[in-house]
Amino acid sequence: MPMNNPPSSVVSASKLGLTFETSDGPVHALSNVDLTVNKGDFVSFIGPSGCGKTTFLRVIADLEKATAGEITVNGMTPEEARKSRSYGYVFQAPALYPWRTIEKNIALPLEIMGYSAADRKARIERTLDLVNLSGFGKKYPWQLSGGMQQRASIARALAFDADLLLMDEPFGALDEIVRDHLNEQLLKLWARTEKTICFVTHSIPEAVYLSTRIVVMSPRPGRVTDVIESTLPKERPLEIRETPEFLEIAHRVREGLRAGHSYEE
Amino acid sequence: MKRVLHSWQGTAALVLCLAALASLPLMAVDAPSPFGTGTVVLVLLMVAGAALVSFTKLSQPLLATILFVAAHLAVWLLLAGIAGNEGQATLAFFLLVAASWLLAWRCVSVLSGIRPKSQAGDTFLRLLIPAIFGAWILILWEAATRGAGIPFIILPPPSSIGARLASSVPILWADVQQTIFKAVLFGYVVGCASGFVVAIIADRIAFLRRGLLPIGNMVSALPIIGVAPIMVMWFGFDWQSKAAVVIIMTFFPMLVNTVAGLAASGAMERDLMRSYASDYWQTLIKLRLPAAMPFIFNALKINSTLALIGAIVAEFFGTPIVGMGFRISTEIGRMNVDMVWAEIAVAALIGSVFYGVVALGERATTFWHPSNRGG
Ligand SMILES: Nc1ncnc2c1ncn2[C@@H]1O[C@H](COP(=O)(O)OP(=O)(O)OP(=O)(O)O)[C@@H](O)[C@H]1O
Ligand SMILES: [Mg+2]
Repeated sequence: MPMNNPPSSVVSASKLGLTFETSDGPVHALSNVDLTVNKGDFVSFIGPSGCGKTTFLRVIADLEKATAGEITVNGMTPEEARKSRSYGYVFQAPALYPWRTIEKNIALPLEIMGYSAADRKARIERTLDLVNLSGFGKKYPWQLSGGMQQRASIARALAFDADLLLMDEPFGALDEIVRDHLNEQLLKLWARTEKTICFVTHSIPEAVYLSTRIVVMSPRPGRVTDVIESTLPKERPLEIRETPEFLEIAHRVREGLRAGHSYEE
Repeated sequence: MKRVLHSWQGTAALVLCLAALASLPLMAVDAPSPFGTGTVVLVLLMVAGAALVSFTKLSQPLLATILFVAAHLAVWLLLAGIAGNEGQATLAFFLLVAASWLLAWRCVSVLSGIRPKSQAGDTFLRLLIPAIFGAWILILWEAATRGAGIPFIILPPPSSIGARLASSVPILWADVQQTIFKAVLFGYVVGCASGFVVAIIADRIAFLRRGLLPIGNMVSALPIIGVAPIMVMWFGFDWQSKAAVVIIMTFFPMLVNTVAGLAASGAMERDLMRSYASDYWQTLIKLRLPAAMPFIFNALKINSTLALIGAIVAEFFGTPIVGMGFRISTEIGRMNVDMVWAEIAVAALIGSVFYGVVALGERATTFWHPSNRGG
């Protein structure tokens, strides 16, 4: 039973803008972004390359400072939220430390945040199992394939109790079957933990399958052109991707992307 | 025909044997104690026989053993025959030395083709091949200096350097203690440690970094040895002044390399730490120092060489009557070049051990670096 209606917002951005000052003039990576992400939402960001998806996640995570507008995370500034360790960030590349084994890599945030040794061990085991890497804990990252490395980096972000998970194309490097499996796992995890997830992807089916809301973005300047609420039930077997309802939403996303593209020409 | 081409060293050794036979005797006609006919025949037969064996299809280990024994026995007989005939060797003598050398070469190439099954065999081979290589440098050196009678002052033969080494162990040991254990080790440890600590401070304080690094680059370009006399004025004749020179020489390479290393971690790796709200020290210890390790070991290796050079050369500018640099500068004045060479040999040995220890430490800590992953 949800206690508070309407649901409390986790991320709320209004008139958000970010301009990079580069040597050949300003780059408007984001402009006039209004968006609210509610607690427990699974929000996907989709849009052509360079439309500011990564930049938006980085602003949420306080890795980049907005140059215009307002943004709050859990009612705090992004910096305060970062200091209170609200973020689990999965980068576009695995960013594992090559001098640490896989399990030591997963232990990294746990060490920094002061989890006890026994707790660390249990969490490493659980998250390795979650991403199907049990038995690879003692390997070094460079001994694994690119897809396995990416899964390890997801395990690392899941190991600690961040309530906001920011994932930047986490499954981009994986083959279809593994991707399907991880999509399922991610949905289960999300249902179980009630984390809030912001998820960047280039795949329309992936976005529709996973999300409660899909944010369509377009470039130059980066902005939100459409926000599509999913009508799919919370329980989603993989077969749901063949239902007319699913295809209908996918169609709307595609239309949104097309519209964004046609602005440039 | 193919096999003859394959063992071209064997072919060449045979040709050299024939040429030697044509230009006998091995020593000048008026040599005081010429080779006995039996010895000459034995050497010729051994070299020619082994050269012929190298064309056959014997198993590799057996072939290598035959070549090894023949080449080294032959050259040993030849070298032993120089005694009393210094400077009297003829062309035939050197042709036979060259032929034995070719056989040893063949032996090494057969050895390097062997793929041993056991770990011990592998290690043995890996040590044996460079050992044969090194031994032949000494053998050729010995044959050239004593056979051709190169003046002792110019280049003493390895045998007399070895004899001098063996007979002056106490002196050499005292020199090593003075120069290596006091000046080099103290200076190296203090120089590297302070360079490292200052690099960490400079990394935090931007103006220090901007001020120190250009000076560091300038100082490394200066001939640091020039400060040795000044250090002697400041710290006296004993090892402390040499340690000071070593500290100055090793400080800046460590500083410059560590600062560069601390900047070597990737942006994404640092963003990751930032997203965990990791504090400065956690990021330093868990990310930036490990990423800097290849740079730091680079400095440690450079410094191991610099420290040795610095301490030895600094002793040329005044020392108590002990120390490797002191010994080299006084013995060369007395024309005791074998003692100088003995010190050089000791310095080379210590330098290699020093470098080897640092390199082992590097292998253990930077195994993850793309350049070291391999095996
Ligand atoms: N540090 C930076 N300095 C200058 N410009 C930048 C910087 N980071 C991003 N940009 C620019 O901002 C725009 C948005 O980049 P961003 O990385 O957010 O795109 P994206 O939507 O994540 O693209 P992709 O799908 O290819 O990952 C791009 O035009 C990019 O060139
Ligand atoms: Mg991106």
